[in-house]
Amino acid sequence: MKHTISVLLQNKPGVLSRVTGLFSGRGFNIESLSVAETLEASISCLTLVTRGDEAIIEQITKQLHKLIDVIKVSDISDSEYVEREMVLIRVKAEAQSRAEVLRVIDIFRGKVVDVSPRSYTVEVTGSASKVQAIIDILKPIGIQEIVRTGTIAMARASKK
Amino acid sequence: MEKISGSQAIIRCLQEEGVKIIFGFPGGAVIDLYDALMDSDLINVLVRHEQGAVHAADGLARVTGEVGVALLTSGPGATNGVTAIATAYMDSIPMVILTGQVPTALIGNDAFQEVDIVGITRPCTKHNYLVKDAKDLVSTLREAFHIARTGRPGPVLVDLPKDVVAKMVDFPEKKPIRMQNYQPTYEPHPGQIEKACKKIIKAKNPVLYVGGGVILANAHEELTELARKLNIPVTMTLMGLGGFPGSDPLSMGMLGMHGSYTANMAVAHSDLLIAVGARFDDRVTGRLDAFAPHATIIHIDVDPTSISKNVKVDIPIVADCKYALTAINNWFNTASDFNREQVAASHEPWLATIDEWTKKHPMCYIDEGEIIKPQYVIEKLDELTHGDAIITTEVGQNQMWAAQFYKFNKPRQWATSGGLGTMGYGLPAAIGAKMAFPDKTVIDVAGDGSIQMNIQELATAKQYKCPVKVAILNNNYLGMVRQWQELFYNKRYAGTVMEVTPDFVLLAQAYGAVGLRATKKSEVEAVIKEALATDNTVIMDFAIAREECVFPMVPAGKATTEMLLV
Repeated sequence: MKHTISVLLQNKPGVLSRVTGLFSGRGFNIESLSVAETLEASISCLTLVTRGDEAIIEQITKQLHKLIDVIKVSDISDSEYVEREMVLIRVKAEAQSRAEVLRVIDIFRGKVVDVSPRSYTVEVTGSASKVQAIIDILKPIGIQEIVRTGTIAMARASKK
Repeated sequence: MEKISGSQAIIRCLQEEGVKIIFGFPGGAVIDLYDALMDSDLINVLVRHEQGAVHAADGLARVTGEVGVALLTSGPGATNGVTAIATAYMDSIPMVILTGQVPTALIGNDAFQEVDIVGITRPCTKHNYLVKDAKDLVSTLREAFHIARTGRPGPVLVDLPKDVVAKMVDFPEKKPIRMQNYQPTYEPHPGQIEKACKKIIKAKNPVLYVGGGVILANAHEELTELARKLNIPVTMTLMGLGGFPGSDPLSMGMLGMHGSYTANMAVAHSDLLIAVGARFDDRVTGRLDAFAPHATIIHIDVDPTSISKNVKVDIPIVADCKYALTAINNWFNTASDFNREQVAASHEPWLATIDEWTKKHPMCYIDEGEIIKPQYVIEKLDELTHGDAIITTEVGQNQMWAAQFYKFNKPRQWATSGGLGTMGYGLPAAIGAKMAFPDKTVIDVAGDGSIQMNIQELATAKQYKCPVKVAILNNNYLGMVRQWQELFYNKRYAGTVMEVTPDFVLLAQAYGAVGLRATKKSEVEAVIKEALATDNTVIMDFAIAREECVFPMVPAGKATTEMLLV
């Protein structure tokens, strides 16, 4: 099953390699990974998406927590959460398809961030599945290049 | 504040932590540190290979419980230490390894004797550091010692660029270390303790399964109290030997691949398995689905990742073994709704069954007249040292025979590479142990293959007047692999025949040590007695039955009840 795990860690050189090395060394798998500093510059937040049965996810969270530079590990897919991913897509947009591409972008509430005579560069954010959906739709028109950020996620605030 | 050099600060940190002996090998990147060592009262042991330095520090750590320290130079010095660091990591041994590094300005430039040792040792240290700024030097070293010895202990490496060590630094007063991101759990959860105790009372066929964690936590007394109070039989892992007295009637000896018939049968038939500081290693469990199939499992471990890693645990207790066992003992001392005598007595039928297993298949070997049986050598070592020596081992058959036939009655008299299985461990570890306890008899039980992996350390033993004894069980084979080939590969002895081995008696003499040899059983006792009476490093070369196998044996992938017996 898919799990989204959020990890707070010391923002120091080599810390990311401790995390990725743990995954490769123990045979865990990483579907996506995204990391940047938090409000506190000395602490980074890393979001990773992984798959495994309950026992594997338990080991992953425990092993992550065991790393000295890791401050907090939460499997946020245990609770209600929001996840977002951003993608930049350079899609072929020539005379006959320019209008259609714009319509698709509009449906997905994307934005055109760069224009050339033969292409649009589009920014779309959403859940991983929404991002995948626009990619699937634009593919037949002709995608020249894409870059995805990987998922970031946050547990929903308590409604009480 | 008065400034001192980085080297002096490092030495002061070591003194502050109670370090008296360090093992190392110099080189360009650590020459400043070595220079400063000359003005300190630290004993600086020059080994003959960096692997030896780290194993020696490891041996010292295992027998004393202190943090062992090794000092290596950059590049090849550091990489030569990696096997020994991994050895310590697998067995959770508290150590600090200091490595020299090229000056910070050259890092990443493929400089002479540069290697990314922090990257290389990331998966085989508990933690590691590259000190890039001299102002972090003192706090980093203090943190390194703190991490090495607390929680589940382990080796911590600190990489020291040459220019950082040369800078002048402040030496602030030491304060208690508090790390936001590292706070091991020592105290057990009271609810879990109560749950465990209630299970223990109800059990008909309980077994205590004891690992190295009991020794690391100095919890042997608490464990012994629990076992004796409630009459619970005990089995130990290779790392746990000495955690409970081997001569106690409740001891079933070691379990697992080369464990006793009794211990493996008892675990297989138990209804409650109390694992204390053990990690359900594959050499212990055999085929997982057949391991303790009827048992409820209680698992005490300071490292949460050890719990439910290989075997699903019913009652996990994350805690230091000493704290957890104390809490369990206290519960039994104060609980009103249970009768200790009654519980202890209720285990009698179970102990009778266990006795029958031992009578049926005791730990034994077949005597063959004047042919030297390796087990006999170990029995004689046990007898002539009154079970009181510190025993280190190499890896393979020698290690298993030592584990099976020496009766370890106390913790910290046994140092062996359990997890990694590092050949060449025993001699340098023996030197480390002997340096720590000069008055104790220290014996390295070796094979003719393993001993050659770090034989150069005989010179270290000699230089530091460190009269360790080496007992080579010599069969001119890499015996354990040969045993597997005999049993499972149609006796095709690929790469296991040592057609050329040195004359170990002459070799000892070449190093200024003493060499003794026994080729007949009747000579064994005299050789051991002479070795023990000699105030010099001694090699005892025992020409043993060449194709003797270690039994019992659970073939890899089989259930632990499917043992090959003598």
